[in-house]
Amino acid sequence: MDDSFPKEILKISDGLKKRKFSSVEITKEYLRRIKAYDREINSFITICEETAIESALEADKRIAKGAAGTLAGIPYANKDLFCTKDILTTCGSRMLSNFFPPYDAEIISRAKENSLVMLGKTNMDEFAMGSSNETSYFGAVKNPWDLRKVPGGSSGGSAAAVIANLTPLATGTDTGGSIRQPSAFCGVSGLKPTYGRISRYGMVAFASSLDQAGIIGHSAADLAFFLNIIAGFDPKDSTCIEKPTEDYSRNLNFPLQGIKFGLPKEFFKTELNSGLQQIFANAISLVEKLGGKIVDINLPHSSLSIPAYYVIAPAECSSNLARYDGIRFGHRAPNTSNIEELYEKTRSEGFGAEVKRRVLIGTYALSSGYYDEYYTKAQKVRRLIKNDFSEAYKSVDFILSPTTPTTAFPLNEKTDDPTLMYLQDIFTIPASLAGLPAISIPAGLDKGLPVGLQIIGDYFQEARMLGVANKIQQTTDWHKLTPKSNSEKKL
Amino acid sequence: MKENWDLVIGLEIHVQLTTASKIFSATSNSFGADPNCQANIVDLGFPGTLPVINEEAIKKAITFGIAVNANIANESIFARKNYFYPDLPKGYQISQYEAPIVANGKLRIHPTEEDSAIIIERAHLEEDAGKSIHFTHQNYTGIDLNRAGTPLLEIVTAPSIKSSKDAIRFLKRLRELVTHLEICDGNMQEGSFRCDANVSVRKSGTTKLGTRAEIKNLNSFKFIESAIEFERARQIELLESGENVIQETRLYDEKTQETRSMRVKENEFDYRYFPDPDLLPVVIDETVIESIRASLPELPDKKRSRYSKVLNMSAKDTNLLLNSPSTSKYFEDSLSVGLKDPKASFNWITGELFRLLKKSEVDISDSKVSATELGLLVLAMEEGSLPKSKGKEILNNMWETGTSAKILIEKQMSESSLSISDLENWLEEVLTENHKQVEEFRSGKEKILGFLIGQVMKKSKGRGDPRLINDELLKKLRAQN
Repeated sequence: MDDSFPKEILKISDGLKKRKFSSVEITKEYLRRIKAYDREINSFITICEETAIESALEADKRIAKGAAGTLAGIPYANKDLFCTKDILTTCGSRMLSNFFPPYDAEIISRAKENSLVMLGKTNMDEFAMGSSNETSYFGAVKNPWDLRKVPGGSSGGSAAAVIANLTPLATGTDTGGSIRQPSAFCGVSGLKPTYGRISRYGMVAFASSLDQAGIIGHSAADLAFFLNIIAGFDPKDSTCIEKPTEDYSRNLNFPLQGIKFGLPKEFFKTELNSGLQQIFANAISLVEKLGGKIVDINLPHSSLSIPAYYVIAPAECSSNLARYDGIRFGHRAPNTSNIEELYEKTRSEGFGAEVKRRVLIGTYALSSGYYDEYYTKAQKVRRLIKNDFSEAYKSVDFILSPTTPTTAFPLNEKTDDPTLMYLQDIFTIPASLAGLPAISIPAGLDKGLPVGLQIIGDYFQEARMLGVANKIQQTTDWHKLTPKSNSEKKL
Repeated sequence: MKENWDLVIGLEIHVQLTTASKIFSATSNSFGADPNCQANIVDLGFPGTLPVINEEAIKKAITFGIAVNANIANESIFARKNYFYPDLPKGYQISQYEAPIVANGKLRIHPTEEDSAIIIERAHLEEDAGKSIHFTHQNYTGIDLNRAGTPLLEIVTAPSIKSSKDAIRFLKRLRELVTHLEICDGNMQEGSFRCDANVSVRKSGTTKLGTRAEIKNLNSFKFIESAIEFERARQIELLESGENVIQETRLYDEKTQETRSMRVKENEFDYRYFPDPDLLPVVIDETVIESIRASLPELPDKKRSRYSKVLNMSAKDTNLLLNSPSTSKYFEDSLSVGLKDPKASFNWITGELFRLLKKSEVDISDSKVSATELGLLVLAMEEGSLPKSKGKEILNNMWETGTSAKILIEKQMSESSLSISDLENWLEEVLTENHKQVEEFRSGKEKILGFLIGQVMKKSKGRGDPRLINDELLKKLRAQN
């Protein structure tokens, strides 16, 4: 990329304000890069060339008037499950391959109000169900660090697009790790805020009690500036929490002196390879060096997280996806002769294997006679996990863990074994079940592939959590590492 | 030997709440728009949309709960009832399942008989579905989603109603209650007040409930009664011939007046209820309940007893008035001008006014003659300043021209003022011409007064005011005594 275009949000913003370059110029440059490099990576489903340039022009006008905020004119990309008015929103599914929403999701409206420039819609696992981005109807996304590897999922397109420098920022959603895991695999920073901190209005639902919008970017600081815009109460979402927001960039110089970091013993019963262990140990000693205090803690029920999650999430999904019946929007199977046949064919054709699997699991878990055994029990486990965290936060400020048990794995490796795939989320699901904020930041490379460090905060501790992450990024260059993959060599 | 069978009926009533907007969206809740013109993206279940509870619906449910002396849940929960149907946009209906907002109330079938109370097991809030319109000949089905998201209060009674007559009485009382509470318009044709009946029979004297059939599609009191009676006969016949009643849903066919099987229990949907993760529990503060209690309108039972005790109205007349809250309101407003005889106003309302309303197809709440205007007219007759014989003519004049009662009465009085002196003459003439009858009266046969009044009326060619004549005659008869 042209050296005159910086990657950091504050520097882009500064360049725009000082008229070193225009929003149209930088937007065109990102669009050029997407066209040049995304054929291989496949991180975008839709590229919004025309509307992007229109919004960039508007942003430039606003900047010229001096009436623009920090993020005005900055390009970004949206995961393709945020509804965008009159712009294709597929959710990575054949079912919605023809769906043009008549409205904008709340976070899209907020980004528009702040004159951000949407470059396009990023690829994802179908209906956000997957940990490898291989379940997308629009093809797998490749990891820019190694095109034979997966980028993680479900927000794999967003994470891959950021690390390939096809966008400086991208939105994502995290239900069980869908922002953090691909962020770890792609070596970018990914934030899942507290459940209810960002409106879900206009986010195509997978599992409503877990779905949380978030952000993927190059650094914790970049995330903080974007969070300032999209966080906050929205009366259109009853689960959105009516609590004042704060300036999430105010703690970016957060001193770690005396801050207590918990290491959950149970997390380390999982076998990590030596490379990952070493990288995590390095990160811990860095935190200690910066003045942080490392404390062992217990999250006794965390081993039950995956089973509980894989009851609750599919249960909600089976109900949330019932609306795709071919009647009002989305795919409709042709040539059917009665309503049952219309449903059956539409849903058989419209959904992929993983979505069908979860709809079936969820339907089973909710059915009469099994409800108490599965759904009720899973909810009880969820409460216990929440309590574990509350107990832990009595003695620590943050919890640290690796984001994932492995680095990016080869494409097609786990597609035949869903339970092996589900283990990918072993470290990310506990915070999802508890509704806690968590971030994954790069912590170095293992055999040339990025490793993520997860920081889990207490409820609404996003500002301090971003501060901790930023402190680590001020003292290391892990977040500045970029892939030297085939596509990057062509730069 | 034929055995005796007892009938057991439980009712499920869907009461459509008169909120301005739908239960989970801001779309208008009014009836009769063109198909699909009153449904927004939330009602249509578009991906990414979310429900937000309409607080007015919660308040109306609480109002009902208070009126039937029920428990109002401090925390009630919306659940999803999952099933596929083309007019159910989300593939689930948001309803309440394990934690309904209202539980354990009662309502009497006979207002003054405590033991006629029927237990209302629960009343829960839910959204209505849309409508499927089957064009069987053209081989397609139309879907109208205007009704999707309309707020309903589903009221469920205990299976303790013993006859079809009692079922109808109960429903009439319930309809009267919800309309007086102004939470439902009670319109059965438009589907604002719908009923399903669970019917079973058991041998007299036994307590174990028989297998029930649920009868749907009952949109008039007449049909409900006929469906229950048909079902009773059908079930008894089955049992007496040694067969079993099977648990099923049956549809009432108004043409044949029979019920027929719609689906048997094995084919019932498994609704897979679970708490809706898009909605928080509805938490109701005691102060909210108290403030609703304080602003509760007068309940029909109280009104009924007041009409009887204070106004001296008969039960039959009271029922007619309470049939619609707007009629009873009109009636009471008419009394507010200072009428001494409520019955007179009642007669004018249910007689000539009803005729005029019916003729013009106008609801009493939109009557062209206001309640106080009608009251003033009746008052003038009560005070004798207007002959009763003139009432109808003036009321019609008021209806047609919108002229006030006062102006028309004054006009009438000036026209008839000449005859005030005439009245004196007619009285004298009648007294002299009917000597015999005058004697009879004076000897104690006071009934003859009516005859004498009639004679004066004859001379006045019907223009005289009988009450005035009555008073004047009495004065003369007694003075000369």
